[in-house]
Amino acid sequence: MPSIEFTPNLTRHVDCPPAELAAGTVEEFLAQYFSRWPGARGYVLDDQGSVRHHVKIIVDGRNIRDRDRLSDPLEPSSRIHVFQALSGG
Amino acid sequence: MKIYAGTRKGLFVIERSRSKWGIKRAALLGDPVSMLLPDADGVTVAQSLGHFGVKLKRSEDGAKTFEERPVPAYPPKPADVVDNDPMRNTPIPWDMKTVWSLESGGADRPDEIWCGTIPGGLFHSSDRGDSWRLVETLWQHEGRKHWVGGGAEYPGIHSILVDPRDSKTVRIAVSCGGVWATYDHGKTWKVEAVGLRAEYAPPEFAKEPNGQDVHRAVQCRGAPDTVWMQHHNGIFLSRDSGRTCTEITGVDPSVFGFAVVVHPEDPDTAWFVPGVKDQFRYPADGKLVVTRTRDGGESFQKLSKGLPQKHAYDLVYRHGMDIDESGDSIAFGSTTGNLYVSDDGGKSWECVSNTLPPIYCVRYSV
Repeated sequence: MPSIEFTPNLTRHVDCPPAELAAGTVEEFLAQYFSRWPGARGYVLDDQGSVRHHVKIIVDGRNIRDRDRLSDPLEPSSRIHVFQALSGG
Repeated sequence: MKIYAGTRKGLFVIERSRSKWGIKRAALLGDPVSMLLPDADGVTVAQSLGHFGVKLKRSEDGAKTFEERPVPAYPPKPADVVDNDPMRNTPIPWDMKTVWSLESGGADRPDEIWCGTIPGGLFHSSDRGDSWRLVETLWQHEGRKHWVGGGAEYPGIHSILVDPRDSKTVRIAVSCGGVWATYDHGKTWKVEAVGLRAEYAPPEFAKEPNGQDVHRAVQCRGAPDTVWMQHHNGIFLSRDSGRTCTEITGVDPSVFGFAVVVHPEDPDTAWFVPGVKDQFRYPADGKLVVTRTRDGGESFQKLSKGLPQKHAYDLVYRHGMDIDESGDSIAFGSTTGNLYVSDDGGKSWECVSNTLPPIYCVRYSV
Protein backbone atom coordinates (compact mmCIF):
# COMPACT_ATOMS: atom_id res chain seq x y z
CA MET A 1 0.00 0.00 0.00
CA PRO A 2 1.15 3.60 -0.58
CA SER A 3 2.63 5.26 2.48
CA ILE A 4 3.02 8.82 3.76
CA GLU A 5 5.46 10.58 6.02
CA PHE A 6 5.50 14.21 7.21
CA THR A 7 8.32 16.61 7.96
CA PRO A 8 9.17 16.88 11.67
CA ASN A 9 8.47 20.61 11.31
CA LEU A 10 4.84 19.70 10.90
CA THR A 11 4.71 16.99 13.54
CA ARG A 12 5.74 19.73 15.99
CA HIS A 13 2.38 21.43 15.38
CA VAL A 14 -0.14 18.69 14.79
CA ASP A 15 -0.70 14.97 15.09
CA CYS A 16 0.25 13.48 11.70
CA PRO A 17 1.82 10.04 12.07
CA PRO A 18 3.13 8.00 9.13
CA ALA A 19 0.48 5.79 7.57
CA GLU A 20 -0.20 3.24 4.85
CA LEU A 21 -3.51 3.52 3.01
CA ALA A 22 -4.97 1.94 -0.13
CA ALA A 23 -5.43 4.68 -2.76
CA GLY A 24 -4.93 5.26 -6.48
CA THR A 25 -4.23 9.01 -6.39
CA VAL A 26 -2.77 11.55 -3.99
CA GLU A 27 -6.27 13.03 -3.58
CA GLU A 28 -7.75 9.66 -2.60
CA PHE A 29 -4.90 9.01 -0.21
CA LEU A 30 -5.11 12.38 1.51
CA ALA A 31 -8.91 12.27 1.73
CA GLN A 32 -8.62 9.06 3.73
CA TYR A 33 -5.71 10.32 5.74
CA PHE A 34 -7.44 13.57 6.71
CA SER A 35 -10.60 11.72 7.67
CA ARG A 36 -8.49 9.88 10.28
CA TRP A 37 -6.30 12.84 11.23
CA PRO A 38 -8.51 15.86 10.44
CA GLY A 39 -6.31 18.33 12.28
CA ALA A 40 -3.55 17.91 9.70
CA ARG A 41 -5.60 19.01 6.69
CA GLY A 42 -5.38 22.76 7.28
CA TYR A 43 -1.62 22.55 7.65
CA VAL A 44 -1.13 20.95 4.22
CA LEU A 45 -3.98 22.34 2.10
CA ASP A 46 -5.33 25.88 1.81
CA ASP A 47 -8.99 26.96 1.94
CA GLN A 48 -9.49 25.98 -1.72
CA GLY A 49 -8.05 22.50 -1.19
CA SER A 50 -4.80 23.27 -3.04
CA VAL A 51 -1.42 22.41 -1.58
CA ARG A 52 -0.21 25.36 0.53
CA HIS A 53 2.17 27.62 -1.34
CA HIS A 54 5.38 26.57 0.41
CA VAL A 55 4.41 22.99 1.19
CA LYS A 56 5.80 20.31 -1.10
CA ILE A 57 4.33 16.91 -1.74
CA ILE A 58 6.83 14.47 -3.23
CA VAL A 59 5.76 11.09 -4.60
CA ASP A 60 8.58 8.63 -5.23
CA GLY A 61 11.12 11.42 -5.42
CA ARG A 62 9.16 13.77 -7.71
CA ASN A 63 7.06 16.85 -7.02
CA ILE A 64 3.41 16.21 -7.69
CA ARG A 65 2.25 18.04 -10.81
CA ASP A 66 -1.36 18.76 -9.86
CA ARG A 67 -1.17 20.89 -6.73
CA ASP A 68 -4.83 21.96 -7.01
CA ARG A 69 -6.75 18.71 -7.53
CA LEU A 70 -4.03 16.29 -6.40
CA SER A 71 -4.78 13.92 -9.29
CA ASP A 72 -1.25 12.48 -9.50
CA PRO A 73 -1.44 8.67 -9.57
CA LEU A 74 0.03 6.38 -6.93
CA GLU A 75 1.53 2.92 -7.30
CA PRO A 76 0.95 0.38 -4.52
CA SER A 77 4.58 0.89 -3.55
CA SER A 78 4.49 4.70 -3.69
CA ARG A 79 5.98 6.72 -0.86
CA ILE A 80 4.63 10.21 -0.20
CA HIS A 81 6.72 12.80 1.62
CA VAL A 82 5.26 16.07 2.82
CA PHE A 83 7.67 18.82 3.69
CA GLN A 84 8.15 22.58 3.38
CA ALA A 85 10.61 25.40 2.96
CA LEU A 86 11.69 27.35 6.04
CA SER A 87 12.38 31.05 5.90
CA GLY A 88 12.44 34.17 8.01
CA GLY A 89 14.65 35.53 10.74
CA MET B 1 -4.75 42.43 35.31
CA LYS B 2 -2.58 41.00 32.54
CA ILE B 3 -1.17 42.41 29.36
CA TYR B 4 -0.80 40.02 26.43
CA ALA B 5 1.75 40.80 23.72
CA GLY B 6 1.61 38.91 20.44
CA THR B 7 4.97 38.98 18.69
CA ARG B 8 6.80 37.60 15.72
CA LYS B 9 8.11 34.77 17.88
CA GLY B 10 5.36 33.99 20.33
CA LEU B 11 3.01 35.22 23.04
CA PHE B 12 4.14 37.01 26.19
CA VAL B 13 2.09 37.52 29.33
CA ILE B 14 2.93 40.60 31.36
CA GLU B 15 1.78 41.13 34.92
CA ARG B 16 2.42 43.61 37.68
CA SER B 17 3.90 42.26 40.88
CA ARG B 18 4.16 44.79 43.69
CA SER B 19 4.86 48.01 41.83
CA LYS B 20 6.63 46.67 38.76
CA TRP B 21 5.45 45.20 35.47
CA GLY B 22 7.30 42.11 34.27
CA ILE B 23 7.10 39.19 31.88
CA LYS B 24 5.28 36.39 33.63
CA ARG B 25 5.27 33.83 30.85
CA ALA B 26 6.42 33.17 27.29
CA ALA B 27 4.25 30.83 25.24
CA LEU B 28 3.95 29.48 21.72
CA LEU B 29 7.59 30.37 21.17
CA GLY B 30 8.95 30.41 17.66
CA ASP B 31 5.70 31.17 15.86
CA PRO B 32 4.17 34.56 15.00
CA VAL B 33 1.07 35.71 16.89
CA SER B 34 -0.86 38.14 14.69
CA MET B 35 -3.85 38.84 16.94
CA LEU B 36 -5.36 37.84 20.26
CA LEU B 37 -8.67 38.25 22.06
CA PRO B 38 -8.81 38.07 25.83
CA ASP B 39 -12.18 37.32 27.43
CA ALA B 40 -13.47 36.57 30.91
CA ASP B 41 -12.32 32.93 30.77
CA GLY B 42 -9.02 33.12 28.92
CA VAL B 43 -7.46 34.19 25.67
CA THR B 44 -7.82 33.22 22.01
CA VAL B 45 -4.64 33.56 19.97
CA ALA B 46 -4.23 33.73 16.19
CA GLN B 47 -0.97 32.33 14.87
CA SER B 48 0.39 32.83 11.37
CA LEU B 49 2.49 29.76 10.78
CA GLY B 50 3.50 30.90 7.32
CA HIS B 51 3.89 27.75 5.29
CA PHE B 52 1.34 25.85 7.36
CA GLY B 53 -1.30 28.59 7.42
CA VAL B 54 -3.27 30.34 10.12
CA LYS B 55 -4.23 28.64 13.37
CA LEU B 56 -6.41 29.69 16.30
CA LYS B 57 -5.57 28.46 19.78
CA ARG B 58 -7.21 29.03 23.11
CA SER B 59 -5.89 28.96 26.65
CA GLU B 60 -7.93 29.07 29.84
CA ASP B 61 -5.05 28.56 32.27
CA GLY B 62 -3.04 31.75 31.86
CA ALA B 63 -1.27 30.69 28.64
CA LYS B 64 0.22 27.52 30.12
CA THR B 65 -1.59 25.18 27.74
CA PHE B 66 -3.46 25.75 24.48
CA GLU B 67 -6.16 23.93 22.60
CA GLU B 68 -6.39 24.24 18.81
CA ARG B 69 -9.69 25.77 17.67
CA PRO B 70 -11.47 25.89 14.30
CA VAL B 71 -10.10 28.49 11.88
CA PRO B 72 -12.39 30.57 9.63
CA ALA B 73 -12.07 29.33 6.05
CA TYR B 74 -12.99 30.96 2.76
CA PRO B 75 -15.62 29.12 0.67
CA PRO B 76 -14.72 27.48 -2.66
CA LYS B 77 -14.12 30.13 -5.30
CA PRO B 78 -16.45 29.56 -8.28
CA ALA B 79 -14.48 28.95 -11.46
CA ASP B 80 -16.16 31.84 -13.31
CA VAL B 81 -15.54 34.47 -10.64
CA VAL B 82 -12.90 37.10 -11.37
CA ASP B 83 -11.72 38.71 -8.13
CA ASN B 84 -8.63 40.79 -8.74
CA ASP B 85 -6.86 43.48 -6.75
CA PRO B 86 -7.69 46.56 -8.86
CA MET B 87 -4.28 48.16 -8.41
CA ARG B 88 -2.11 45.15 -9.13
CA ASN B 89 -4.62 43.25 -11.28
CA THR B 90 -3.59 40.06 -9.52
CA PRO B 91 -6.07 37.51 -8.13
CA ILE B 92 -7.26 37.93 -4.55
CA PRO B 93 -6.82 34.45 -3.04
CA TRP B 94 -9.93 33.06 -1.38
CA ASP B 95 -7.70 31.74 1.34
CA MET B 96 -7.05 32.83 4.93
CA LYS B 97 -3.75 34.69 5.02
CA THR B 98 -3.86 36.50 8.38
CA VAL B 99 -6.28 36.90 11.27
CA TRP B 100 -5.95 40.66 11.66
CA SER B 101 -8.75 41.51 14.08
CA LEU B 102 -10.84 39.66 16.65
CA GLU B 103 -13.63 41.27 18.67
CA SER B 104 -16.43 40.10 20.91
CA GLY B 105 -19.94 40.49 19.48
CA GLY B 106 -20.90 42.84 22.32
CA ALA B 107 -21.98 42.64 25.94
CA ASP B 108 -25.41 41.30 25.00
CA ARG B 109 -23.93 38.74 22.57
CA PRO B 110 -21.28 36.96 24.66
CA ASP B 111 -21.18 33.92 22.36
CA GLU B 112 -20.46 35.94 19.24
CA ILE B 113 -17.06 36.82 17.74
CA TRP B 114 -16.18 38.90 14.70
CA CYS B 115 -12.95 38.10 12.89
CA GLY B 116 -11.35 40.39 10.29
CA THR B 117 -8.79 38.92 7.95
CA ILE B 118 -6.36 39.44 5.14
CA PRO B 119 -7.34 39.13 2.21
CA GLY B 120 -10.43 41.12 3.24
CA GLY B 121 -13.02 38.63 4.47
CA LEU B 122 -15.02 39.30 7.63
CA PHE B 123 -16.06 36.18 9.53
CA HIS B 124 -18.61 35.70 12.29
CA SER B 125 -19.08 33.03 14.93
CA SER B 126 -22.21 32.69 17.03
CA ASP B 127 -20.86 29.80 19.13
CA ARG B 128 -17.66 31.16 20.68
CA GLY B 129 -15.56 30.06 17.75
CA ASP B 130 -16.80 26.46 17.39
CA SER B 131 -17.80 27.39 13.84
CA TRP B 132 -17.35 30.36 11.53
CA ARG B 133 -19.09 31.76 8.50
CA LEU B 134 -17.87 34.28 5.98
CA VAL B 135 -20.02 37.42 5.98
CA GLU B 136 -21.04 37.05 2.35
CA THR B 137 -22.98 40.33 2.26
CA LEU B 138 -19.68 42.18 2.61
CA TRP B 139 -17.52 39.76 0.65
CA GLN B 140 -19.92 39.90 -2.33
CA HIS B 141 -20.46 43.67 -2.06
CA GLU B 142 -19.53 45.53 -5.24
CA GLY B 143 -17.62 48.01 -3.12
CA ARG B 144 -15.15 45.36 -1.98
CA LYS B 145 -13.79 45.20 -5.52
CA HIS B 146 -12.22 48.61 -4.93
CA TRP B 147 -10.23 47.49 -1.90
CA VAL B 148 -6.49 47.15 -2.40
CA GLY B 149 -3.61 45.89 -0.38
CA GLY B 150 -1.49 48.52 1.33
CA GLY B 151 1.69 47.40 3.01
CA ALA B 152 0.28 43.88 3.00
CA GLU B 153 -0.13 42.24 -0.38
CA TYR B 154 -3.92 41.98 -0.06
CA PRO B 155 -6.58 44.13 1.64
CA GLY B 156 -7.29 43.45 5.30
CA ILE B 157 -9.84 44.25 8.01
CA HIS B 158 -7.90 45.49 11.02
CA SER B 159 -10.48 47.29 13.16
CA ILE B 160 -13.92 46.07 14.24
CA LEU B 161 -16.05 48.49 16.27
CA VAL B 162 -19.12 46.90 17.85
CA ASP B 163 -21.31 49.81 18.91
CA PRO B 164 -21.72 49.67 22.71
CA ARG B 165 -25.25 51.16 22.38
CA ASP B 166 -26.47 48.55 19.91
CA SER B 167 -24.48 45.47 18.99
CA LYS B 168 -26.29 45.17 15.65
CA THR B 169 -24.28 48.20 14.59
CA VAL B 170 -20.75 47.24 13.63
CA ARG B 171 -18.11 49.25 11.82
CA ILE B 172 -14.98 47.87 10.25
CA ALA B 173 -11.92 49.65 8.95
CA VAL B 174 -9.95 48.28 6.03
CA SER B 175 -6.46 48.84 4.68
CA CYS B 176 -7.12 49.97 2.05
CA GLY B 177 -10.90 50.11 1.85
CA GLY B 178 -12.14 52.86 4.15
CA VAL B 179 -14.69 52.38 6.92
CA TRP B 180 -17.82 50.26 6.44
CA ALA B 181 -20.88 50.05 8.65
CA THR B 182 -23.75 47.66 9.16
CA TYR B 183 -26.81 48.64 11.19
CA ASP B 184 -28.53 45.26 10.92
CA HIS B 185 -25.92 42.82 12.24
CA GLY B 186 -24.27 42.27 8.89
CA LYS B 187 -27.24 41.98 6.54
CA THR B 188 -26.35 45.19 4.69
CA TRP B 189 -23.23 47.34 4.52
CA LYS B 190 -22.31 50.82 3.37
CA VAL B 191 -19.13 52.81 3.22
CA GLU B 192 -18.82 55.72 5.67
CA ALA B 193 -16.11 58.01 7.06
CA VAL B 194 -16.74 60.78 4.58
CA GLY B 195 -13.99 63.35 5.05
CA LEU B 196 -10.99 61.04 4.95
CA ARG B 197 -8.35 62.34 2.58
CA ALA B 198 -5.52 60.51 0.85
CA GLU B 199 -2.97 63.14 -0.08
CA TYR B 200 -0.94 60.65 -2.09
CA ALA B 201 -3.84 59.65 -4.36
CA PRO B 202 -4.69 61.37 -7.64
CA PRO B 203 -6.90 64.41 -6.85
CA GLU B 204 -10.05 62.85 -8.28
CA PHE B 205 -9.75 59.93 -5.84
CA ALA B 206 -8.28 61.73 -2.82
CA LYS B 207 -11.59 62.07 -0.96
CA GLU B 208 -13.32 58.91 -2.17
CA PRO B 209 -14.33 57.13 1.07
CA ASN B 210 -13.98 53.61 -0.35
CA GLY B 211 -10.32 52.67 -0.64
CA GLN B 212 -9.01 55.00 2.08
CA ASP B 213 -6.05 53.65 4.02
CA VAL B 214 -7.25 53.91 7.59
CA HIS B 215 -4.50 52.37 9.70
CA ARG B 216 -6.61 51.99 12.83
CA ALA B 217 -10.01 53.11 14.16
CA VAL B 218 -11.16 53.10 17.80
CA GLN B 219 -14.48 54.08 19.37
CA CYS B 220 -14.98 55.61 22.82
CA ARG B 221 -16.90 53.09 24.93
CA GLY B 222 -18.61 55.66 27.13
CA ALA B 223 -19.25 58.19 24.36
CA PRO B 224 -19.52 56.12 21.18
CA ASP B 225 -20.27 59.08 18.94
CA THR B 226 -16.53 59.68 19.02
CA VAL B 227 -14.32 57.59 16.75
CA TRP B 228 -10.63 58.34 16.36
CA MET B 229 -8.77 57.21 13.27
CA GLN B 230 -5.09 57.02 12.53
CA HIS B 231 -4.98 57.18 8.75
CA HIS B 232 -2.02 56.82 6.41
CA ASN B 233 -2.40 60.52 5.81
CA GLY B 234 -2.83 61.68 9.40
CA ILE B 235 -5.26 61.84 12.30
CA PHE B 236 -9.02 62.07 11.77
CA LEU B 237 -11.82 62.53 14.30
CA SER B 238 -15.49 61.65 13.95
CA ARG B 239 -18.19 62.94 16.29
CA ASP B 240 -21.01 61.04 14.60
CA SER B 241 -19.82 57.46 15.18
CA GLY B 242 -17.69 57.37 12.06
CA ARG B 243 -20.14 58.64 9.45
CA THR B 244 -18.13 61.80 8.81
CA CYS B 245 -14.76 62.92 10.05
CA THR B 246 -12.44 65.86 10.09
CA GLU B 247 -8.68 65.96 9.71
CA ILE B 248 -6.49 67.10 12.57
CA THR B 249 -3.28 68.78 11.53
CA GLY B 250 -0.33 70.57 13.05
CA VAL B 251 0.60 67.94 15.61
CA ASP B 252 4.19 67.99 16.87
CA PRO B 253 6.23 65.99 15.90
CA SER B 254 3.99 64.43 13.22
CA VAL B 255 0.57 62.99 12.40
CA PHE B 256 1.90 59.80 10.79
CA GLY B 257 1.54 56.52 12.62
CA PHE B 258 -0.45 53.33 12.97
CA ALA B 259 -1.76 52.94 16.52
CA VAL B 260 -4.36 54.99 18.38
CA VAL B 261 -6.24 54.41 21.64
CA VAL B 262 -9.05 56.47 23.11
CA HIS B 263 -9.91 56.82 26.78
CA PRO B 264 -12.88 54.53 27.55
CA GLU B 265 -14.92 57.33 29.19
CA ASP B 266 -13.42 60.60 27.95
CA PRO B 267 -13.88 60.89 24.19
CA ASP B 268 -11.59 63.93 23.96
CA THR B 269 -8.55 62.03 25.22
CA ALA B 270 -6.59 59.87 22.79
CA TRP B 271 -3.00 58.70 22.38
CA PHE B 272 -0.84 58.13 19.29
CA VAL B 273 2.74 57.02 18.62
CA PRO B 274 4.08 59.06 15.71
CA GLY B 275 6.70 58.24 13.12
CA VAL B 276 8.24 60.87 10.86
CA LYS B 277 6.09 60.10 7.81
CA ASP B 278 5.17 57.23 5.55
CA GLN B 279 8.54 57.10 3.84
CA PHE B 280 10.42 57.39 7.14
CA ARG B 281 8.76 55.05 9.59
CA TYR B 282 10.70 55.82 12.74
CA PRO B 283 10.40 58.44 15.51
CA ALA B 284 11.40 62.00 14.62
CA ASP B 285 15.02 62.70 15.57
CA GLY B 286 15.32 59.16 16.97
CA LYS B 287 13.22 60.21 19.99
CA LEU B 288 10.37 57.86 20.88
CA VAL B 289 7.33 59.85 22.03
CA VAL B 290 3.63 59.36 22.57
CA THR B 291 1.33 62.21 21.59
CA ARG B 292 -1.82 62.78 23.63
CA THR B 293 -4.74 65.11 23.24
CA ARG B 294 -7.17 65.85 26.07
CA ASP B 295 -9.32 68.35 24.23
CA GLY B 296 -10.47 66.51 21.16
CA GLY B 297 -7.46 67.34 19.06
CA GLU B 298 -7.28 71.09 19.77
CA SER B 299 -3.87 70.57 21.36
CA PHE B 300 -1.40 67.74 21.91
CA GLN B 301 1.21 66.94 24.52
CA LYS B 302 4.41 65.16 23.58
CA LEU B 303 5.02 62.53 26.26
CA SER B 304 8.54 61.16 26.59
CA LYS B 305 9.33 60.48 30.27
CA GLY B 306 10.78 56.98 30.47
CA LEU B 307 11.03 56.56 26.69
CA PRO B 308 14.37 56.49 24.83
CA GLN B 309 15.30 59.93 23.49
CA LYS B 310 18.40 58.96 21.54
CA HIS B 311 18.70 56.63 18.57
CA ALA B 312 15.27 55.04 18.97
CA TYR B 313 13.85 53.66 15.75
CA ASP B 314 10.73 51.96 17.08
CA LEU B 315 7.58 51.76 15.04
CA VAL B 316 4.37 50.79 16.82
CA TYR B 317 2.09 48.71 14.63
CA ARG B 318 -1.65 49.39 14.49
CA HIS B 319 -2.52 46.79 17.14
CA GLY B 320 0.57 47.51 19.21
CA MET B 321 -1.06 49.84 21.77
CA ASP B 322 -3.95 49.26 24.17
CA ILE B 323 -5.67 50.91 27.13
CA ASP B 324 -7.22 49.03 30.01
CA GLU B 325 -10.92 49.11 30.86
CA SER B 326 -10.48 51.77 33.54
CA GLY B 327 -8.48 54.06 31.30
CA ASP B 328 -5.66 54.26 33.84
CA SER B 329 -3.11 52.00 32.18
CA ILE B 330 -1.73 52.18 28.65
CA ALA B 331 0.75 49.78 27.09
CA PHE B 332 2.53 49.73 23.77
CA GLY B 333 5.08 47.51 22.08
CA SER B 334 7.27 48.23 19.08
CA THR B 335 8.91 46.63 16.10
CA THR B 336 12.20 46.90 18.01
CA GLY B 337 10.82 44.66 20.75
CA ASN B 338 10.46 47.38 23.35
CA LEU B 339 7.41 47.22 25.59
CA TYR B 340 6.31 50.15 27.76
CA VAL B 341 3.48 50.65 30.23
CA SER B 342 2.14 53.86 31.74
CA ASP B 343 -0.11 53.87 34.78
CA ASP B 344 -0.55 57.65 34.81
CA GLY B 345 -2.14 58.38 31.47
CA GLY B 346 1.14 58.55 29.60
CA LYS B 347 2.93 61.08 31.80
CA SER B 348 5.63 58.51 32.54
CA TRP B 349 6.47 55.15 31.02
CA GLU B 350 7.92 52.02 32.58
CA CYS B 351 10.04 49.77 30.38
CA VAL B 352 8.96 46.13 30.63
CA SER B 353 11.48 44.79 28.13
CA ASN B 354 13.93 45.96 25.47
CA THR B 355 14.51 42.50 24.09
CA LEU B 356 11.21 41.07 22.93
CA PRO B 357 10.68 40.00 19.31
CA PRO B 358 8.96 42.57 17.05
CA ILE B 359 5.56 43.19 18.63
CA TYR B 360 2.40 42.85 16.56
CA CYS B 361 -0.40 43.28 19.09
CA VAL B 362 -0.87 44.30 22.72
CA ARG B 363 -4.07 43.77 24.68
CA TYR B 364 -5.15 43.99 28.29
CA SER B 365 -7.03 41.11 29.86
CA VAL B 366 -10.67 41.76 30.73
